[in-house]
Amino acid sequence: METTWFCLVALMLATYVVLDGFDLGAGVAHLLVARTDEERRAVLRSIGPVWDGNEVWLLAAGGTLFFAFPTLYASSFSGFYLPLMIVLWLLILRGISIEFRNHIESPVWQPLWDAVFAGSSALLAIFFGAALGNVVRGVPLDRAGDFFLPLWTDFAAGPESGILDWYTVLVAIAALLTLTVHGALWLALKNEGALEARARTLAGRAWWGVLAAVIAITLVSFRVQPHLRESFAARPWAYAFPLFALAGLAGMKIMNAAGRAMDAFLCSCAFILGMLTSVAAGLYPYVLPSSTDPALSLTVYNTAAARYGLEVGLIWFIPGMLLTTAYFIYTYRSFAGKA
Amino acid sequence: MDALTLHRLHFAFTIIFHYLFPQLTMGLALLILVLKTMALRTGNEHYHRAARFWAKIFAVNFVMGVVTGIPMEFQFGTNWSRFSKAAGGVIGQTLAMEGVFSFFLESSFLGVFLFGEKRLSPKAHWFAAFLVFFGSWLSGFFIIATDAWMQHPTGYRMGPDGQISLTSFAALFTNPWLFWQYLHNMIGAVVTGSFVMASVGAFYLLSRTHELYGRTFVRVGVVAGTISAFLMAFPTGDGQGKNVAFHQPVTLAAMEGLFQTEDGAPLALLGQPDLEKHRLDNPLIVPNALSFLTYQRWKAQVRGLDAFPKDRWPDNIPLLYYSYHIMVGLGTIFTGVMALAAFALWRGALYQSRGLLWLLMLMLPFPYIATTAGWITAEAGRQPWLIYGIMRTPAGFSPHVSPGNVLFTLIGFMGIYTVLAILFLFLIRREIEEGPEHAGA
Repeated sequence: METTWFCLVALMLATYVVLDGFDLGAGVAHLLVARTDEERRAVLRSIGPVWDGNEVWLLAAGGTLFFAFPTLYASSFSGFYLPLMIVLWLLILRGISIEFRNHIESPVWQPLWDAVFAGSSALLAIFFGAALGNVVRGVPLDRAGDFFLPLWTDFAAGPESGILDWYTVLVAIAALLTLTVHGALWLALKNEGALEARARTLAGRAWWGVLAAVIAITLVSFRVQPHLRESFAARPWAYAFPLFALAGLAGMKIMNAAGRAMDAFLCSCAFILGMLTSVAAGLYPYVLPSSTDPALSLTVYNTAAARYGLEVGLIWFIPGMLLTTAYFIYTYRSFAGKA
Repeated sequence: MDALTLHRLHFAFTIIFHYLFPQLTMGLALLILVLKTMALRTGNEHYHRAARFWAKIFAVNFVMGVVTGIPMEFQFGTNWSRFSKAAGGVIGQTLAMEGVFSFFLESSFLGVFLFGEKRLSPKAHWFAAFLVFFGSWLSGFFIIATDAWMQHPTGYRMGPDGQISLTSFAALFTNPWLFWQYLHNMIGAVVTGSFVMASVGAFYLLSRTHELYGRTFVRVGVVAGTISAFLMAFPTGDGQGKNVAFHQPVTLAAMEGLFQTEDGAPLALLGQPDLEKHRLDNPLIVPNALSFLTYQRWKAQVRGLDAFPKDRWPDNIPLLYYSYHIMVGLGTIFTGVMALAAFALWRGALYQSRGLLWLLMLMLPFPYIATTAGWITAEAGRQPWLIYGIMRTPAGFSPHVSPGNVLFTLIGFMGIYTVLAILFLFLIRREIEEGPEHAGA
């Protein structure tokens, strides 16, 4: 039962990254690909009807994590206090920049919100990447399963490090590049003309950065978190996840070069999904490893809620998710085609 | 300031600011549905435009509600980790259900409602408006279910390690606290929505712009406002008051400023609680009324604060007493104002009576104040408990987050929310100035 919920929460988070990832990426690409006011409006139109729904996945995944693994929720949210608060502020700024930009026609008002939109999107991609890096690297948990991390200390990727060290910064850069490509591919899919061409070029160039970052992370992650090696050795079938990611990574480049925008975007989704499921499979049964003593790590077993709650949760969760899938299919179909 | 005070201020500040927006969206969602229904029935473009105008106001409010709402869910983990660790298995259920059942519904169909009018048939567009209304009211339901559990926990078991686990899913939703609190709160949202609509309408009539719309807004606002203002007092306010009387009698005593147990307890209309001398200064009272309202008997005994040990008294009795009296006082004024306006409307005189229109226009901030005071009553009344009778508030906050960090983020939120408030007022003022004529198809 704990494992089922681990898979469900991991899947919800991955869905969040895939969906909100493209509108975050569109924000990162915003100033790079859209030059005129008309083009910038087109970028916002491309995500306008869906960004809020995409962001709801973060809330729903957070809520599900809260009820299925309350100890993990409490420990990680209080331990990552400052970066989470900064994420909240960025989400606030980004939300209002999208919604308020087009309320007033003015050469002062619109560029301001364009800059806020791009800046907050980029910083969010970086913070989410750093968060992932922290979960892989582990944190200094105490006996009660609590910790507190400052933003940075010595950047050494050891037990004394803060949220940001060389490893988590590396993951953050990879996340920024990945979402840039992901967002640019979405913009190429939803737009025409110069905007589409620039988006494709940006995706093609940033792809090389993603490739370099993925190679670097793969090499160092097994050293930073030795548990990954044990996991994959114990469950060789889990190699399917990184292979899936690799196929997506290759597909993105090929399809983008061939001008098949929809396929390139789907490959990017597959890449992100593959990478995140690889991390989940590699960490399992850990959900937050300890960077000091492996025995103090938080696992699916020592953080899960009582069994009755998890069982009754499945009864409403499954129909709830089916409904949600139906809404999303309906919304995306209603706003299908070029924006 | 110590960590506990800062954590409490942090939550109080962010939740009070947040709830300024959902109370209007939930109320307006219903009123927009009313306008859409009138449009569908009459086929009159006037009502479509009226609905579109309020949809724009709704959209700005909705964004504010969303962006200030995300910090609320996060704060359970960031600032109240010991509470979350102990009770997450229970309140996580209702919070997760809110995300899964209401947020997805609302966000998906708000997009369809706002951007899809041209692509949809009028009936399908009405249905999108209905789903937005339904989603927002469902969202309110799960939040109230969460709060009701903290006010009056049901369906749980306390483990030896202080871990609280759910034993009955059904008990979460049949909680006697939930029913009245939900209705009282949602009707409060309709009161806010009605007063805002009537106020904008009165503004248009007084400034002689968009007068046809002004009439519609005043009419819909006054009719909905009259019904909801009365429902606020009876039966929902009465039902919620009895919940407090039966399940949190010490809170009732503190709210009413009743220091001594009395047979035939008076209802204090005005007065200042004096915690040194244990009495109400400068009291203006209605004899025996509290006994009657609580037990329907004029001479019934109502327990005062003296009947309870001091460590069970709410920790800020003056705040509780004042917020409760502000809520009830304003609620009474609302019924009076709306009854007058409804009478004038019935006599066909409302659109010309400038005095009444001025009154309606100036009422704008007061439903917000009443709602906020009501929520302070509920939450300060729950003190000194975080979960009533099970977990005290000082046992719930995050032990490793230093006061310095909490103060930092509290200041950060104050700064950002000030900017948000300015932007919000600026944009809403523009929408109201432009008026419904510009809310084209």
